[in-house]
Amino acid sequence: MSGQIVPGGSRKLKNRVSPQAVIGNSLTMAYRTLLLIRRTPQQLFDVTIQPILFTLMFTFLFGGAISGSVSGYLPIIIPGILAQTAITASMATGVQLREDMDKGVFYRFKSMPIARIAPLAGPLLADIVRYSIATALTFTMGYLLGFHWVSPGAALLAGFLAVFAAWCLGWVFALLGVLAKTAQTVQGISAAIIFPLGFLSGAFVPTETLPRWLQDFVNVNPLTYVVSAVRQLLDQGTIGTDFWLSLIGSTVLVLVFAPVTLKMYMRKA
Amino acid sequence: MTTRQTTVDREHATAIAVEARGLVKTFGDNRAVDGVDLTIPSGCVYALLGPNGAGKTTIINMLTTLLKPDGGDAKVFGHDVVRETQVVRQLISVTGQSAAVDERLSATENLTIFGLLLGLSRSEAGKRAGELLQEFGLQDAAKRTLEKFSGGMRRRLDLASSLIVQAPLIFLDEPTTGLDPRTRVQMWESIRRLVSSGSTILLTTQYLDEADQLADRVAVIDHGRVVAEGTPRELKAAVGKATLNLRLANEEDAAGAMAAVQEVLGVKASTPEAMLVTAPMADPDRVTDLLVALRSERIRLAAVSVQDPTLDEVFMALTGDESKGGKPQ
Repeated sequence: MSGQIVPGGSRKLKNRVSPQAVIGNSLTMAYRTLLLIRRTPQQLFDVTIQPILFTLMFTFLFGGAISGSVSGYLPIIIPGILAQTAITASMATGVQLREDMDKGVFYRFKSMPIARIAPLAGPLLADIVRYSIATALTFTMGYLLGFHWVSPGAALLAGFLAVFAAWCLGWVFALLGVLAKTAQTVQGISAAIIFPLGFLSGAFVPTETLPRWLQDFVNVNPLTYVVSAVRQLLDQGTIGTDFWLSLIGSTVLVLVFAPVTLKMYMRKA
Repeated sequence: MTTRQTTVDREHATAIAVEARGLVKTFGDNRAVDGVDLTIPSGCVYALLGPNGAGKTTIINMLTTLLKPDGGDAKVFGHDVVRETQVVRQLISVTGQSAAVDERLSATENLTIFGLLLGLSRSEAGKRAGELLQEFGLQDAAKRTLEKFSGGMRRRLDLASSLIVQAPLIFLDEPTTGLDPRTRVQMWESIRRLVSSGSTILLTTQYLDEADQLADRVAVIDHGRVVAEGTPRELKAAVGKATLNLRLANEEDAAGAMAAVQEVLGVKASTPEAMLVTAPMADPDRVTDLLVALRSERIRLAAVSVQDPTLDEVFMALTGDESKGGKPQ
């Protein structure tokens, strides 16, 4: 801190943030989110304990009843758990965003010459890491229990689809996080969305066994398509209509929710 | 200070750090800021002085682009705080009342992230973090998360975070509230150093001695308005007269001394303590007469002193009871 600084009046400054700065700031904020995860590893419970616990629990609990055997149930349950944990993980996005926005440090971010979007984009970027952990762990559990996929490439693509769908859904919860008053509110509303979405889909049981009216719901539940697409990839190694529908559906979700979330966020930021 | 400001005006407008005209902010029915004008010359320490809830922080929030004014406008180095937010943000740094640092991260991590966001490279940000921790005496706690920090340490880290890149205009919202006396003096030294290297400081405070010690100019804020503005000396001169303190040798002389004051100086004296008689003193020459009168009454004095008006008295007079609140503007 030696010498004189350039006087405020004689600086040439632009009233906008360069695209490079937007990317740079967002990456820094993603780095910050990862640091926070490292400091409080409990934040990873939903993407570590849950895939392990759910896979074991559901496989042995329902395996015999639904498919006659554990090994017979694995092709149904592994894609199901994959989708289920991915969307549950995306729920945390909103809760953590709300908690973060209530912290004193947000006050500083707002007054700094950084891209307005970075404190929102950063956590969403970092979430990709969380979804990937959940996906990798579910695959590992399945593998250990004796589940086999057709080809590693197809498994990778299935994993990508689960992560992508979770990330897209994450924007819905991000919007909740921006709008809600407290983190508990976000938690409550998110759970009310996640549970029907997760269980009333093709994730855990073959849909033919359901009553007619429930089948109708399951058939409009977007998660059903993601689960079917993942199943098809793992079972047959092929890409079908479900894959494209999932991809398009997820993209539409982002195209609708990302701008709204951004707008609401900017209004508060 | 007044002459300096007018010279600056004539030179060019950019030498004005902050120019606010008719700033208004309402929250529901509450006009938190109710038509505030401020002109803050570049290179000075400017204090907003006022009680809790006077609107100081709301003014700061508008000047730092955190709140949109409902009326009026404000410029920072000639740049509008509403239309040119991103320019303004490049010219300021803010240290708020609540420490704006991340409690879940370590001191080094906090500073590094702020450095990266301000465009420093990873190695520059790390180096700057080290320097600042050293400067603010936090190097021993560098790796601990702030949850284990004391209030004072957080405040220091907060200020350090605002100084990663030294801004031309630095806002300090109650920078020394809750600090122990030693840390407070350190903070004052930091502030003086910043001004000497070219920054302008806008601080808010409830402490009158702080405004007195640090500020070149003071605006007294009450109920969202500027009720007085000037150098600390001007403000004192506007409100007050000096106070004459007579410390008596014998308690029973109090009544006699008060009568003598009434007779000679023509003002009403008071006895805040048993052995002390105080009176406003307009004309120092008359004090001689008073002392002669006391001698002839055989009232013995232990001590005589003249006290300049303190900013406390100015403050009380300006923000206190409306009936006795003299407004020197």
